[in-house]
Amino acid sequence: MTAISREEVAHLARLSRLAVTEQELDMFAGQLDVILQSIARIGEVAAADIPPTSHSVPLVNVLREDVPAPCLPREKALAGAPDVAEERFRVPRILDEE
Amino acid sequence: MTTVAPPAYDDVTEEFEPVIGLETHVELGTRTKMFCGCPTEFGGEPNTHVCPVCLGLPGSLPVANKAAIEATIRIGLALNCSIASWCRFARKNYFYPDMPKNYQISQYDEPLCSDGWLDIEVDGEIVRIGIERVHLEEDTGKTLHIGGATGRIHGASESLVDYNRAGIPLVEIVTKPVPGTGARAPQIARAYVTELRDVIRSLGVSDVRMEQGSLRCDVNTSLNRPGDDWGTRTETKNVNSLRSVERAVRSEMIRQAGVLRSGGRIIQETRHFHEDTGETTSGRSKEEATDYRYFPEPDLAPLAPDAAWVAELKAALPELPRVHRQRLQTAWGLSDLDMQSVVNAGAVELIETTIAEGASPEAARKWWLGELSRKANETGVELAAIGASPRQVAELQKLVDGGKLTDKLARQVLEGVVAGEGDPAAVMQARGIEVVSDSGALAAAVDEAIAANPEIAEKIRGGNQGAAGVLIGAVMKATKGQADAKTVRELVLSKLS
Amino acid sequence: MIKKTAAELGALIASREVSSEEVTRAHLDRIAEVDGKVRAFLHVDEAGALAAARAVDERIKNGENLGPLAGVPIAVKDVLATEGVPTTAGSKILEGWKPPYDATLVQRLRAAGTVMLGKTNMDEFAMGSSTEYSAYGPTYNPWDLSRIPGGSGGGSAAALAAYEAPLSIGTDTGGSIRQPGAVTGTVGAKPTYGGTSRYGLIAFSSSLDTPGPCARTVEDTALLHAVIAGHDPRDSTSIDAPVPDVVAAARLGATGDLTGVKVGLVREFSGEGAEPGVMASFRETVDALAKLGAEVVEVSCPHFLYALPAYYLIAPSECSSNLARFDGVRFGLRAGDDGNHSLEEVMSLTREQGFGPEVKRRIIIGTYALSSGYYDAYYGQAQKVRTLITRDFTAAFEQVDVLVSPTTPFVAFELGSRTSDPYQMYLADLFTIPTNLYGGPAISVPSGLSEGLPVGFQIMAGTLRDDKMYRVAAAVESVVGTLTPPAL
Repeated sequence: MTAISREEVAHLARLSRLAVTEQELDMFAGQLDVILQSIARIGEVAAADIPPTSHSVPLVNVLREDVPAPCLPREKALAGAPDVAEERFRVPRILDEE
Repeated sequence: MTTVAPPAYDDVTEEFEPVIGLETHVELGTRTKMFCGCPTEFGGEPNTHVCPVCLGLPGSLPVANKAAIEATIRIGLALNCSIASWCRFARKNYFYPDMPKNYQISQYDEPLCSDGWLDIEVDGEIVRIGIERVHLEEDTGKTLHIGGATGRIHGASESLVDYNRAGIPLVEIVTKPVPGTGARAPQIARAYVTELRDVIRSLGVSDVRMEQGSLRCDVNTSLNRPGDDWGTRTETKNVNSLRSVERAVRSEMIRQAGVLRSGGRIIQETRHFHEDTGETTSGRSKEEATDYRYFPEPDLAPLAPDAAWVAELKAALPELPRVHRQRLQTAWGLSDLDMQSVVNAGAVELIETTIAEGASPEAARKWWLGELSRKANETGVELAAIGASPRQVAELQKLVDGGKLTDKLARQVLEGVVAGEGDPAAVMQARGIEVVSDSGALAAAVDEAIAANPEIAEKIRGGNQGAAGVLIGAVMKATKGQADAKTVRELVLSKLS
Repeated sequence: MIKKTAAELGALIASREVSSEEVTRAHLDRIAEVDGKVRAFLHVDEAGALAAARAVDERIKNGENLGPLAGVPIAVKDVLATEGVPTTAGSKILEGWKPPYDATLVQRLRAAGTVMLGKTNMDEFAMGSSTEYSAYGPTYNPWDLSRIPGGSGGGSAAALAAYEAPLSIGTDTGGSIRQPGAVTGTVGAKPTYGGTSRYGLIAFSSSLDTPGPCARTVEDTALLHAVIAGHDPRDSTSIDAPVPDVVAAARLGATGDLTGVKVGLVREFSGEGAEPGVMASFRETVDALAKLGAEVVEVSCPHFLYALPAYYLIAPSECSSNLARFDGVRFGLRAGDDGNHSLEEVMSLTREQGFGPEVKRRIIIGTYALSSGYYDAYYGQAQKVRTLITRDFTAAFEQVDVLVSPTTPFVAFELGSRTSDPYQMYLADLFTIPTNLYGGPAISVPSGLSEGLPVGFQIMAGTLRDDKMYRVAAAVESVVGTLTPPAL
């Protein structure tokens, strides 16, 4: 069970878009370690032949008919937006191409 | 560094073997979005076809569209896939402003359909393309980049996001890698996308128009020397037409060969295809693959398509386009080459419908492959969008068959139809085009011509039938070309015999 | 007035002995009087509440028969979307956000004629066991203002204990309804997962989050449960089955007769880890149940001890994904947009500023647990533990009707005593978490006092057998009665 390094925490912070400070990096690295070590306990019982449960209630095929429903009026859709331009959500320049 | 000229394509295919793969996304033509009831129609004002769900507002939850699932299963069945008896949606996590939740609901290791194939015909030979998987996901919104030179991201100072298209159902179809295509790789890639498009269109689940974005294609290409392991592959995006599919594969094969020959190594990356130059340029590096942290979507119940229902869907599948075309070819009595011309012109359905409207196969083929194809090529428009409908073409041919129009006159009328002046009968009326059927008027015109050309008349009386051409010409001129030349000739000869 | 139960108030309003407006005003006055000290509320909607109250009074005057809770005031945990009324989930990143839509539960509360007084305080994004992680400051336990009211739904529970509202709505992911109920001496129920709609519930851990009813009595809790529960087509995880008759079960239990009921003591929760005073109160209550006719047996649920670590992998994983949408683009806080930062930087700055340390901690744990290379070892393994825990429960419920344990190992602790060590905080959920992983219902009902502070008794039942737990809870209440905190 490897310890979690500052670099790893920094990487995770980048992946989850959190601009953590230096102090936070140190604090988290220490705290995550303790938590993750206790979590390693579950390896004791989680054998290979046990199927995982992703949904506690065994529902399947919950579907809806292809019938239109009322939309939000545009003013409401844009109401909470930090910045709007030309009836769209305005954001500053994007670096990553997707 | 000196620039080495790229190798010739033939040299490339002599030295290397390509492996290709294609990933296509199909926008389904359902009435509502994948996970909410917002309408999917085009052309709405920005951010008017949205709701808490497709905006990803806190507290919103997805509910899956049954029609989208049915369409996906049908696509999978048409591609000979196995349909999962139980599968789940998964979250694909990454941050981007056109993805309201910053995760996309998709499928990961449990696709709805898998392990199928599609047979395509290239140069008379059947090539089987393996299908790895067909799965369902949601589309993103649209981002406008403002301030940059070309409207693309680079140099843009800000972006504007419209979520009308966020949540449209998208089917992703991924082929298995296709080795052994050799020099025909570009054609095979194109033929695959063409056939796939036709199959999906025949199911009625999508418009599949590449130029409108309801069919999108990414091409994967790698090269290896014979006997070696497969090479590193690159992914090429922005391939927006069938022709681009072919060009993109070809251009990437040449580029990779150039790199490999000079001892370099192929970087696993995403490349961008440019229509204008036919070349690809480097985009994102895929060396460090994004960690999408997939996990089963907890907000949606698993899908367990009922076996009996799937069997029903399978039984109700329409004829495969290839089989359909085979049947038509036989019905129309065409050679393989002739049928290929029809296919290449994009005229199969048009001719079929024209025949259904009453024309003969020969007549339908004549108009669509002749006059109308010519016009389409001239104006750079797709045959289906030329401006004349199959019904109008059938009507036109009926008028010719009934003697109301000569072939020549019919062409003039067709021009009017294509120009939007209306149906053939209306164009005839408006332009005053009609075969002169009044035998009296025709006889009078012939008499006039004979009277005006006594020497010619003498020659004809003397047995020189070839001289009749002059008189025929005169009559045609007098009737503004609306006489039937054959009839005129008969009249002339009978009057001078 | 404010000491009355919701059932009593509902009856008085229906019979027009008192108006909903009077009742509402009395509670608004109480809030004005004590909430400066308790800080249960993040937002009080005085105008909205009075308008709703008047509307109900009007309908009753016109002879409409509206249901047992019509006109009764209620407080709603600030994690449910209320259209036009600020909803923050206890976070700065949603400061001032007014949802453009109502949660399904909020719609149902309105339809039942309840009067929403306002939104209650909570640990940020429902992550915590003390409400100390609220970005707007903690809530204080009316029993002892130097102590925590529990979490994440401390506001909902404190509002009840302080008589600021007779009813409240909470949400329970790892114990966030039950544990606050226990440490404030009130009743808090977590229905079967899927029994109450999550549409409009700001998601923390999607496969665990369950909205539920809270009140000072079991009958009130059951009445509220009946109003909010039931299938919702807008929530794909919502169960399409009749709601168990919890009100009838509560009334049956109130007779104090538990003949024929089999009660299982979870062996693994019957000794270690809990404060002696808590255990003593627990055992007393178990004895009382036996005297009421219940058959008490010990049941082993060996995998329950793995529930805590499994939860602390599953919940953060789901939350790391659920919280990705808070990026400053469409709603909420946006930071750093000064022309010098790219969107990626603005997103990161927004989330750095807008999220508190506990939320960041869980996002990082969750991102880690889902990372490629780690999925199988962490998240994947945790889902297996879930299967094992479910098997324990299923096997147990073949032998017994309900399982019981203390709700939480310790009584209300002092503010600040567990915030420096997250793991110490997580222990508060030791007994409540297994039920969340299984998806079954559980309820906390007061069992007595330990050193002057309330102790909660937890009753767990099989999925969709919420009625069974209400019956036993009502029986406990018939022995223990309701607890009254010292005057504020």
